[in-house]
Amino acid sequence: MILNMLRIAWREIRRNIMRSFLTILGIVIGVAAVVTMVTIGKGATEQVRRQIASMGSNVLIITPGKRFGHGQPFGANIPFKEADAEAIARDITSVAAVAPVSSQALTAVYGNQNWTTQVTGTTNDYFTVTNRRLKRGRLFDETELRNGASVCVIGETVRRMLFGSTDGLGEMIRFQKFSCEVIGILEVKGQTATGIDQDDFVATPLRTYQRRVSGNQNVATIMVSIQDGVPTEKAQSDIARLMRERRRLRPGDEDNFTVMDMKEIAKMLTSTTELLTTLLGSVAAVSLLVGGVGIMNIMLVSVTERTREIGLRLAIGATEEEVLFQFLIEAVVLSAFGGIIGILVAIVASLGLTKMMQVPYEFQLGINVLAFLFSAVIGVIFGFVPARLAAKLNPIEALRHE
Amino acid sequence: MILIEFRSVTKTYGVGQAAVRALRGVDIRIEEGEFVAIMGPSGSGKSTCLHIMGCLDTPTSGEYLFKGINVAGMSRYQRALLRRYHLGFVFQGFHLLGRTNALENVELPLIYQGLPPKERRSRAKEALAVVGLSGWEKHAPAELSGGQQQRVAIARALVTRPSVILADEPTGNLDSVQSHEIMKLLTVLNENHGITVVMITHDPEMALYARRLIRFFDGQVVSDEPNGSKKP
Repeated sequence: MILNMLRIAWREIRRNIMRSFLTILGIVIGVAAVVTMVTIGKGATEQVRRQIASMGSNVLIITPGKRFGHGQPFGANIPFKEADAEAIARDITSVAAVAPVSSQALTAVYGNQNWTTQVTGTTNDYFTVTNRRLKRGRLFDETELRNGASVCVIGETVRRMLFGSTDGLGEMIRFQKFSCEVIGILEVKGQTATGIDQDDFVATPLRTYQRRVSGNQNVATIMVSIQDGVPTEKAQSDIARLMRERRRLRPGDEDNFTVMDMKEIAKMLTSTTELLTTLLGSVAAVSLLVGGVGIMNIMLVSVTERTREIGLRLAIGATEEEVLFQFLIEAVVLSAFGGIIGILVAIVASLGLTKMMQVPYEFQLGINVLAFLFSAVIGVIFGFVPARLAAKLNPIEALRHE
Repeated sequence: MILIEFRSVTKTYGVGQAAVRALRGVDIRIEEGEFVAIMGPSGSGKSTCLHIMGCLDTPTSGEYLFKGINVAGMSRYQRALLRRYHLGFVFQGFHLLGRTNALENVELPLIYQGLPPKERRSRAKEALAVVGLSGWEKHAPAELSGGQQQRVAIARALVTRPSVILADEPTGNLDSVQSHEIMKLLTVLNENHGITVVMITHDPEMALYARRLIRFFDGQVVSDEPNGSKKP
C-alpha cells in the first residue's frame, strides 16, 4: 500500500512540477543554509586546530596577571625579566626550550618602502618553540644575543613588502630609533585562524629590543615548549611553583601570573568558532522551519484546490487513511526532495566558500543526514494538518465543490 | 439476484426547524442486469437516493441492502472498500484529473485496488477500447471533447469490473449528438457486458434508453414502471 501511495504522490508532484518546485524552495534554502554554515564553521574550527597543532601542542605560554584578568590585584602585573626565562630553562628539567618574548608594532623603512609590522625581541629558542624554520641566512649568534646587536630575522611578508624581488639579506632596515641588518629570512607559515599573517614579523635579539624599543628590562611573555612524553599538567605545575617562588608569593596568595597550555588556547579559540557555527546554524535552522510553514501553506492551498479530486478519489474507493497518506507522503516526498537538493546546493556552496575563505573543506556527514531527516520530519509535521483536512472531506460535498 | 434493495429509506439533513427531509420512505428493488433511469424535479431526492446507493451517504433510517448485505451498519472504511470493488461512478462533471492522460485516469481505481502496474495498464487499455477510445491513451482531458471525456470517465468506472455503474446526469454537460453516443455506450455495457446501470437524468429522451423508469417527487417514489425500451 505504501508503495502505491508513493506512486500516487509522485504522480501528483510531477503533475505540478512548477508548484512543487516553489513549494520546496524554502526547504532547499533552509537545508542549504544550515549545511553550508556548519560545514564552513567546522572547517574554520579545524583550521584553528591545525594551526595550533602546527605550533606544537606541547607549548606553554606564561603571562603576568591573573587568568582572564578580572579583578586585578593592587600593583597590577609584575612583569617578567629575562632571568625568569633563564630560571625556567635551568630549574625545570621537563622543558625543551624557553623563549622570552616581547613585541610591539613598528614601522620598518627600507629605501622608499615602508611597512608596519610586529617587532619581537626574543632568543633563538623562539624559533624552536613556535616551530619556525629558517629559509635563508642564519639565526642570531651568542655574541649578538649577549650584546644586543642590531640584527634581525624577518618573515616572508616583510621581505616582500620592503625588498620586492630581492632577498634583502645583509640590507639594513630602519625603524624609528634604530636600524638592523637582515641576517635571516624565515620560511612561509601562512595565516592564523583569525586572519593574522604569521609572516608579517621581525625578530631581534631580546636585548636589542629592550634597549632600542621598550627601553626597560621587562619580558612580556615567556613561551615554553615541553619535552616529548612529559604531561603538560606536570610541567605547568612545576613552572607555576617556580614562578610563585621567584615572585615571592606566600601560600594562600593567588597566582599573579598565568601558565596557559596551548590546548587551552586551542579550546578557547575553537570554542569561539564552534559557538559561531552553532549560532549561524540555528539562524539557518529557523529558515528551515519557515520553509516548513511554506510547505504547509502550499499543501493547504492544494487541498482546497483539489477538493473535487479528493472527492473523486473517495468516490472511487480511496479510504480516509489513503487520502491522508497520499497528502502526507506528498508533503514528505516534497520536503525530502527539498532536503536532497538543499544538500547538493550546500556541497557546491561550501566547496566554493571554503576555497574563497581558505578554510579546509570536509564533508560533514552528520549535519547532512540531520538536515535531511529534519526536512523529512518537517514534511510530516506541516503536512499533517492539510492531509487530515483532505481525508475528512465529505465526498459528496467535495465533488460539488467549485 | 437482487442487487440493490431500499427498505423504507429516509434521509434528513439538518435538525429542528431547518431540517430538510430529502427522502421520506423509499422502497426500491433493482435486479442484477437492469438499466434504470431515475427522473424527477430538482430537490425531489433523486441525487440523495443515488448517493446512498453509491455508499457515499448513509440513510437516516431504513435499510439499504447491497447484494443482501446491510450497508447502513458499515463503517466509512468498509463503504470505501465496497465502492472500490463493486461500484462505478459516472458524474455530470466528468471529474477527470487534469494534466493526467486518459490511460492514467482510467488506471486510478486500480491503483487503489493495489494491482501491479503492468496489469493496471493492460486493463485500462482494454476499458478504453470498450468505450471506443483506443489510440487516445496519451491525451490529457483538455485535449478531448466533452463526449470523449465522459467516455474516459465511463472507462474509469468500468475498469474495476463493477456490479453496477451509478451515473449522475451523465449527459448533463453534453450536446445531443454526444449525449446519444454516451447513452448508446451505456446500453452496450448493460446489454453486452451485463453491467447494471442506474442513471439520473433530466432529459426524457435519454431516459428512453433505460428499460425501467423511476420518478421521484418530494422525496418519494411516485412511479416505477418498465420503460418499454423504446430506443429512438
